Amino acid sequence: MLTESIGKRSDKVKNIVERGLVKKFAESIGDSHPIFIDEEFGRKSRYGINIAPPTFPRVFDYGEVDGLELPNKGLIHGEQTYHYERPLMVGEEIYCYTEVKDYYEKKGMGFFVLNRCGEDPKGETIFSSEQVIIITEAVRKVMKL
Amino acid sequence: MKSLTDLQNGESLEDVILEPVSRLDLIKYAGASGDYNPIHTIDDEAKKTGLPGIIAHGMWTMGNLAKLFTPYYEDGFIQDYTIRFKGMVFLNDVLTLKAIVQDVRETHMDFKVYAINQDGKEVIKGKVKFLTYK
Repeated sequence: MLTESIGKRSDKVKNIVERGLVKKFAESIGDSHPIFIDEEFGRKSRYGINIAPPTFPRVFDYGEVDGLELPNKGLIHGEQTYHYERPLMVGEEIYCYTEVKDYYEKKGMGFFVLNRCGEDPKGETIFSSEQVIIITEAVRKVMKL
Repeated sequence: MKSLTDLQNGESLEDVILEPVSRLDLIKYAGASGDYNPIHTIDDEAKKTGLPGIIAHGMWTMGNLAKLFTPYYEDGFIQDYTIRFKGMVFLNDVLTLKAIVQDVRETHMDFKVYAINQDGKEVIKGKVKFLTYK
């Protein structure tokens, strides 16, 4: 079932780098630097506006991949990568989608690889990320994956 | 504060030692990130999955580690950030965040980054490619 979803993509979903959420997110990782939350500081910075922390894309909606159902437990986040063309600017619109990059099994465990990307309104990529999710052997057997 | 771009291979950013991980930290992160998996906030749910207690979101630790670079956004930005989650982070763990310069190039700096717990065990490790502005 998971193998069949390799290569499938969700539709793009519009997200906003919302000021209040950036502040809340920065605080939640103990990183309330003015570059993220102080408007005046942001204006005077080289970006001319506040930016978001690099792990902020965790909050975006990437849409659903048709037919893809991951178990709701027994998942381990193994690896995470972000690549940026530039930082995310507070207030901007980002169009996000997710794509199933790979699924393979090794030593009884399943390895599920998701690509998650964000584009500007012109379709230029701003960031891409890759997530490796490990599905434990016990869960894989129960789910018959 | 020393400028980032003055750093040489093998030199480190200043370590950051976090306050002991609290339940409130994880509740706040759940709310801010939208990751409400109960193994991060509810003891019984964590125990049901065989854990000794609630564990921190891996992304919470990864988010914290990135703040070593936050003072330097006038010099550049994090272009690539890769993390492998190596060990679990429990309540009251005390994490130390570290970044060591691996390579300095014309256009960017490569860092090895990691977080260790109070027993010196790596809980996450990875690398940061920090693009530097001309």
